[in-house]
Amino acid sequence: MSAPTFEAPAHRDLATSKERFLLDRDSVLGPLMLLPAVVYILALVGFPLILAVLYAFSNVTVGDPRIDGWNDFVGLDNFRAVFNDTVFRKSLRNTVVFTLVSQFFVIILANILAQVLSADFKGKRLARFLVLLPWTTPIALGVLGWFWLLDSVYSPIDWLLRELNLLGPGTQFGPGRNMYWLGKTDLARFAVILVHVWRTLPLATVILLAGLSSIPQDIKDAANIDGAGFWRQLFYVRLPLLLPIMAVATLFSLVFTFTDLTVSLVLTRGGPVNDTQVLSTWAYFKGIQGGDLAQGAAIALFLLPVLIAIAMGMLRLARRSEPS
Amino acid sequence: MAASPTSPAPPYPADLPPEGGTGRGKTIFGRTVLYVVAIAFSLFAALPFAWMLITVFKTNNDLYKPINNPFIYNDPPTMANLDLLWNDTGYRTFILNTLIVALAVVVVTVIAVVPAAYSLVRLSGRWGESLGVLIFLVYLVPPTLLFIPLTGVVADLGLQNSKWSMVLVYPTFTIPFCTWLLMGFFRSVPWEIEEQAMIDGYSRVGAIWRTVLPISLPGILTVVIFSFTLTLHEFVYSLAFVQSSAEKTVSVGVFTELIRGDVYFWQALMAAAALVAIPVAILYNYFLDRFIAGFTLGAVKG
Repeated sequence: MSAPTFEAPAHRDLATSKERFLLDRDSVLGPLMLLPAVVYILALVGFPLILAVLYAFSNVTVGDPRIDGWNDFVGLDNFRAVFNDTVFRKSLRNTVVFTLVSQFFVIILANILAQVLSADFKGKRLARFLVLLPWTTPIALGVLGWFWLLDSVYSPIDWLLRELNLLGPGTQFGPGRNMYWLGKTDLARFAVILVHVWRTLPLATVILLAGLSSIPQDIKDAANIDGAGFWRQLFYVRLPLLLPIMAVATLFSLVFTFTDLTVSLVLTRGGPVNDTQVLSTWAYFKGIQGGDLAQGAAIALFLLPVLIAIAMGMLRLARRSEPS
Repeated sequence: MAASPTSPAPPYPADLPPEGGTGRGKTIFGRTVLYVVAIAFSLFAALPFAWMLITVFKTNNDLYKPINNPFIYNDPPTMANLDLLWNDTGYRTFILNTLIVALAVVVVTVIAVVPAAYSLVRLSGRWGESLGVLIFLVYLVPPTLLFIPLTGVVADLGLQNSKWSMVLVYPTFTIPFCTWLLMGFFRSVPWEIEEQAMIDGYSRVGAIWRTVLPISLPGILTVVIFSFTLTLHEFVYSLAFVQSSAEKTVSVGVFTELIRGDVYFWQALMAAAALVAIPVAILYNYFLDRFIAGFTLGAVKG
């Protein structure tokens, strides 16, 4: 791999005269420059991944995180304990439901929003900045804003509902004077899904926008000259051309929602009575708060199959788009 | 015809019906729908931040009275909450910790990423691109899968409860992402410049130092910005690794310091969040297009 075809004769002479300098050989310099990054990734991503699997079969705790020998392995005990726990089964179900429902809405809304932001209008830059806020701000702080927005007593949404006579004694959502967004199972689930949509919508939108802006002008011109109207162009020209990039956007937002810990943790701490618990929060409560690293690892491992499937989907997409 | 996508291209036939516009909403109805949808989405996105900013300057008396209109100042706005946050809480420590961690992560990332990306683009032949994609996929290995084993690793190294645990671990997401990002930059640097430098007698390393790095400065700056913002975004690892307030960063610190038992210092809490969130958003927003270019996996050309 060291002799690309462009080498000019003069250069070749120079290169041969320096052949003994190892650093001038691509086959030496290349791996050498790659080494720090690869070693780091192997040590702090690759090794921990293996460790996660080992932990799941062991009895490690926060107090004693070291696997010292064979007697630290406990076989399938952790998985048995995890499965026998109703909270785990709830978490698994919630993770899947929250992800699928929120991403269903994200795909639809992102398509609408991308069409809007690809148009020209006054205040577009401001609109773009605002619309992107949920993705550009640190997630924990954004969710904290929602937490306060959905406060059990001082929620301004509740105030609005009261003013509109929808909340309070003798009204639609009455008789209480508050909704208790995060205190009732259905509303709390709704809130978690809503915040997931809020958070991933900007990401999906900007990916779609990048796709929209890459549709060649001559295709748009041709559609215009043929007299195709807005809807015809949308369904017969733009959406079909957008499909690959839509797949990319979907895979990314799937990963981020499926593995998210922050939204459920900050918003509801998994409550009420574990009804919004997801795999990652349950792994956190068991593994870190409860100190049982082994069970935490076993719970988190259930994220892995879906992640592998998504990664394979991405590899296929990346390969298809490679210049051949 | 180099018509930009936003300006109406001259060669359109003049007698096209108005709805022939490509979704630019040429009719009054179209414009109205466009504005309504744009405003609705903006409001939805900005709502929690707007509520944050309103809260910051409210007095207790105003805020904690459920009959008050929460969106206006029933009492005159006050700076007392900012004063409390800045002078009577650990916020300054959190900010300092955040900056230390972020800068250290930036340095580690740049040192690892610049040679790696160069090597993958220039020195690794065909498998360089494939390896690049693989490294990018590492970015998708979520903290929620790694935080438990990494807690063990961090404890084993004696770094638990120290901000250096974050410096150790954060490059797990900055290095993969930034390598991928920088590969895009190096691909666009013309070969001939290095060639010429090498013909002029520089070694390969010398040529990289003198020609490639200066040209790639915008790319390296992007790497700096992203390792910085991604560090500020991180929550899971710091939550798992650090329990003592003196070592916490902002995103975790505000939750412990400003929530005492059941007592929430809401205004100070919101100020703490907004003071970090808004600047990060502006920084991120400015560089977002480059970030997305990395996310599209080459599925978008242009």
